Amino acid sequence: MQSSRYIIKRIILAAVSLFAIITLTFFLMNLMPGDPFMSEKATEENRAILIAKYGLDKPVYVQYGKYLANLAKGDMGTSYVLQKGRTVTEIISESFKVSMSLGLRALLIAVVIGIVFGCVSGLCKDKLPDGIIRVLSSMGISMPGYVIAAGLMIILGVRLGILPINYNRPGGWIMPTIVLATYPASYLTRLTRASILEVMNQDYLLTERAKGMSEFVVVFVHALKNSLIPVITYLGPLTASILTGGFVAESVFNVPGLGRYFVSSISSRDYTMIMGVTIFYSALIVMMNLVCDILYKIVDPRITLE
Amino acid sequence: MKVNVLSLQSKIKPEDFTPLGEGYFAEENLETEEIGYWKASWQRLRANRIAMVALIIIGILAVFAFIGPMLSPYTYDQQVRGDEALWPCLSHPFGTDRLGRDILVRCMIGTRISMIVGLVSAVVVMIVGSIYGAISGLIGGKVDIVMMRIVDIIYSVPEILLIVVIKMVISEPLDNLIQKVPFFHGLQSIGSGLIAIFIVYGLLYWVGMARIVRGQILQLKNLEFVTASRALGCNSSRMIRQHLLPNCIGQLVATVMLQIPSAIFTEAFLSYLGIGVSAPMASLGSLTSEALNGVTSYPYRVIFPAALISLIILSFNLFGDGLRDALDPKMKK
Repeated sequence: MQSSRYIIKRIILAAVSLFAIITLTFFLMNLMPGDPFMSEKATEENRAILIAKYGLDKPVYVQYGKYLANLAKGDMGTSYVLQKGRTVTEIISESFKVSMSLGLRALLIAVVIGIVFGCVSGLCKDKLPDGIIRVLSSMGISMPGYVIAAGLMIILGVRLGILPINYNRPGGWIMPTIVLATYPASYLTRLTRASILEVMNQDYLLTERAKGMSEFVVVFVHALKNSLIPVITYLGPLTASILTGGFVAESVFNVPGLGRYFVSSISSRDYTMIMGVTIFYSALIVMMNLVCDILYKIVDPRITLE
Repeated sequence: MKVNVLSLQSKIKPEDFTPLGEGYFAEENLETEEIGYWKASWQRLRANRIAMVALIIIGILAVFAFIGPMLSPYTYDQQVRGDEALWPCLSHPFGTDRLGRDILVRCMIGTRISMIVGLVSAVVVMIVGSIYGAISGLIGGKVDIVMMRIVDIIYSVPEILLIVVIKMVISEPLDNLIQKVPFFHGLQSIGSGLIAIFIVYGLLYWVGMARIVRGQILQLKNLEFVTASRALGCNSSRMIRQHLLPNCIGQLVATVMLQIPSAIFTEAFLSYLGIGVSAPMASLGSLTSEALNGVTSYPYRVIFPAALISLIILSFNLFGDGLRDALDPKMKK
């Protein structure tokens, strides 16, 4: 009963957040100087016609109402500048396929590396493997994505020439995936290590040892299971990190994904694209956070419902 | 006396009841010095070798960033004729770029920007977050609920998206403001790009801080030692100074310290995307993105700014970790 109330509360909160983001972005976007057709070679007259055609001459709140009404019907409009005439939904679904295939690989790599290295590090506390892993993970969370991208390009792409720099060549997905996975993998390693160390001090493990359970069962069955719970909470921010990491990785390696549209849509004032991409990203992140929080409570009944 | 071997009672002998000699405790040093919270924290921090090395590196970087440019014969936007696109050499240790600008000086300025961004955003976050959290926690009731819902909403917004949009929106009006209103002329040297970044941090980054401050206040308000000291006649100012502040300041400082690297990270990210500080000002992010175009022939131009930004974030991260452990030993795992 209480948990369903919590879930309903969270869903309402997520919806309100999403609505706040849509509203805020819409009005901020219209506050930006310039309009989608400012770079058009057309005369003032043609520009005025275009602006009238898309209804951009009406007051902002009227445009906002119209946009919301269309959005409710699932219509996000057509792109004004970047890919003129195509619908935003079409562009997003096409380019997100590419981003998602990279993102999912990065996610998988990050989770596997993070948990394995975190466990090794936590179980060998203060020994050599722990030291090496801690140094590497500290470096991993300190290097911005573009630094890793540049480093990989110089060393693997240019000097050694092992991997292609361009995404369209075979094996081109490897470097962008490494760029996307480094930060989350390092963060997860640290998180798992801290969590393992905490669990290893719990009394119930002492009890199990006292009862004569084998060390293997104690560590890998009982300790590990509980220490992986906090990892679930990181999956939401992890998604966000991989998505925003895409802005850099996709532009450096020429990946035809969704990330590169985010910045270019803003600088070209492609209003419908800005809204479409922002709504899509925010909805994805807000939903991942929601799912993680609910999952967290289900997996660990000790956590009290707010 | 007859002794039962199986007895579980403690075996006491008559000698146990003789009084101890006069000088029995003489050797024990009874005057252990009472050290305060800050001194104890400093001792814990000093024992942490990694954190101390990080602190020294931060010091060196600060000297590099703030004193370095004064010692250099070049300025960050000076285009030296005939020195275009040089590899690292004696007169230009980091080389020069396509326009003949010395990369060493540009890196120093970039480091300076990163550090300023980190420190100013920490102060902004600390002030906004503590005031908001303290009001929410102290007033409580309906006000608290509404204020925390607002925090929840801002918290769930993907910040980087909003940062980019807000940054784009406020840059140009800010530019006009600085150039036209005489009162703001002083800000010209900082540049509207940087100020826009500070404003964005002030708008979005404080929510974590507000949550922590509120949580601390709610927790401390109801603790037994607070009730006890109040019962013993402790007045409010002593209560705040002696009990409340020392109990939460550690966590506040630690949170703020760990905010610094993330602020630096974001600035570098924005500048890399070309929406951070405005040209010709150099930021480590924009230096790297400019250099990436010629990465095949001039890799050194990428290496220096990229290595510097990583070093800055790494040392702030490590120092922040050490500081957290030192200030709040309860949290150390």
